[in-house]
Amino acid sequence: MIAPIAGVLFDGIAYGMLLFLLSVGLSVTLGLMNFVNLAHCAFAMLGGYVTVTLMNSYGWPFFATLPVAFVAAGAASVVLERTLYRRLYRASDLDQVLLTIGIVFVSVAVAAYLYGTTVQPISVPDYLRGSISVLGVNLARYRLFLVLVAAVITVVLIYGVEHTRFGAQVRAAVDNQRMARGLGINVDWTFAVAFALGSGLAGLGGALAIEIVGLDPYFGFTYLIFVLIVVSVGGLGSIGGSLAAAILIGIADITGKYYLPDLGAFLIYLVMVGVLMWRPTGLFGRR
Amino acid sequence: MSIATPTQNPQSYLAAQERWRPVEIVFWLAALLPFVLFPDYLTLASQIAITGLFALSLDLILGYAGIVSLGHAAFFGIGAYTAGVLTKYGWGEPITGLLISAAVAALAGYLSSLVIARFRHLALIMITLGLGLLLHEIANSAHWLTGGSDGLQGMQVWPLLGMFKFDLYGYTAYTYSLIVLLIVFVMARRLIHSPFGLALRGIRENWTRMPAIGANRQAHIRKIYTIAAAMAGVAGALLAQTVGTVSLEAISFGRSADVLVMLVLGGAGRLYGGIVGAMIFMIARDQFSGIAPQYWYFWIGLLLIAVVMLLPNGVLGGLSALINRWRSRS
Repeated sequence: MIAPIAGVLFDGIAYGMLLFLLSVGLSVTLGLMNFVNLAHCAFAMLGGYVTVTLMNSYGWPFFATLPVAFVAAGAASVVLERTLYRRLYRASDLDQVLLTIGIVFVSVAVAAYLYGTTVQPISVPDYLRGSISVLGVNLARYRLFLVLVAAVITVVLIYGVEHTRFGAQVRAAVDNQRMARGLGINVDWTFAVAFALGSGLAGLGGALAIEIVGLDPYFGFTYLIFVLIVVSVGGLGSIGGSLAAAILIGIADITGKYYLPDLGAFLIYLVMVGVLMWRPTGLFGRR
Repeated sequence: MSIATPTQNPQSYLAAQERWRPVEIVFWLAALLPFVLFPDYLTLASQIAITGLFALSLDLILGYAGIVSLGHAAFFGIGAYTAGVLTKYGWGEPITGLLISAAVAALAGYLSSLVIARFRHLALIMITLGLGLLLHEIANSAHWLTGGSDGLQGMQVWPLLGMFKFDLYGYTAYTYSLIVLLIVFVMARRLIHSPFGLALRGIRENWTRMPAIGANRQAHIRKIYTIAAAMAGVAGALLAQTVGTVSLEAISFGRSADVLVMLVLGGAGRLYGGIVGAMIFMIARDQFSGIAPQYWYFWIGLLLIAVVMLLPNGVLGGLSALINRWRSRS
């Protein structure tokens, strides 16, 4: 009785960790600039395709592709931020939604043109395949690896935000942007760096997600909804909130899929609408 | 519409806005042209009229009241499924079917407006999106009622007024859709040029000041949301009755996104914005139907980026800016 439940919990947490990697950047940048960036998952998709290309066409090992996925997604996001996004920081929600949905549409078409609409296969190293058994619970090695990576990144992020100068600037700018500017913090620059880092993490998440959920040109749309749910439930600009929300949504989704397959994604949407009606700023949001 | 010049009193301002302009009459007469010029495209024309009506309903809440919704297809889908289910289980009369669908969609709209009216910004976008997705999942899993992903089959629509059968060429379909569009449009036009319509624009322009001058913001939003939902329901019912089937696509996120694109393309906050946007969008999609859907998205995406960057008020906004500049020069 315990073992299946623990198994579902573990899968849910692993899936939640994936969602966390995909969404934490969006949470921070939304909290910073109030910019509704629906193209966030397009950067994740870019990271995924970088990994696929390097592995399948150039024979790179899986681990060597991950930093490249991170850097590529971050670099692409900076280019877009400097050329398009920055003009709309003061624009309405609607304009931001439309611009970024437009970018997702274009990314879908470009990915389909370059790679076709089929799901891309990759082969992870042998030692990440199969599963190990702990106290009668089967734990897939890859998911264990995912939880480990996400845990390391969470620690690094929280340390970075709480204990570095840059982190203090980010926190100041999220809390009160005008005051932060008044104190001489270069908020635009802080935002550009945070945006690049967040998109880079999304790219890394996209690369890590291939083994679990696959990669096709519609990735930017499919996961956009999950990421938005995590961000709005967790609260803007809160790393801990994103982590908690991602795990909550991950477990809700996996439990729903295992025990109530007829309901589909119903359960998650219900959780989201419920949480937002109860707390419009999310579980850990301040504004 | 240009920025209002303060006239002597609000009544005469509204009355001046209310007057029909010659270009509007020309527009509606031009809507009859497909009957003589493009008789092969009447089915497309009826789809455009229906989509234009749907976009008009979104315009009421988005363009006038400033409520950004990513889940407006929910009401379109409710209308379509209501009309479809009614027809399938023995009541195929189109006009009463339309009215019942509008009532059901209005009820759903009123219930969700109780939630919607309390939120703004990201929470609002997410809640409309979430409610839309919830309804999509319900329609998908209620296979016994809606046919799920196979679509609703076996609708028998009775002839319109007992006389005009829905033919293969879309002759009845276009006549019917166009008349319904015109009736609803006149109603929406009246609404927008009423003091209530003015109050909505006030809410859009300044969310906090409206309650301060005594306007009941939440009640206004509940009202317009219910009305817009009923209109979207009418559009959905029209589609179900003229096409003779309802697919899951009617209630999907894709439809919500498409209608938003059309409205913004035409120009939000303008009565004709939705209809013009639907015309451009649907004709373009028909002409490019040969290319694969994923490449069609490329052009839509590029178009969206261009409209946001270059034409913030849509095609109609750009046109009226051009006309104003030309007038002030001469």
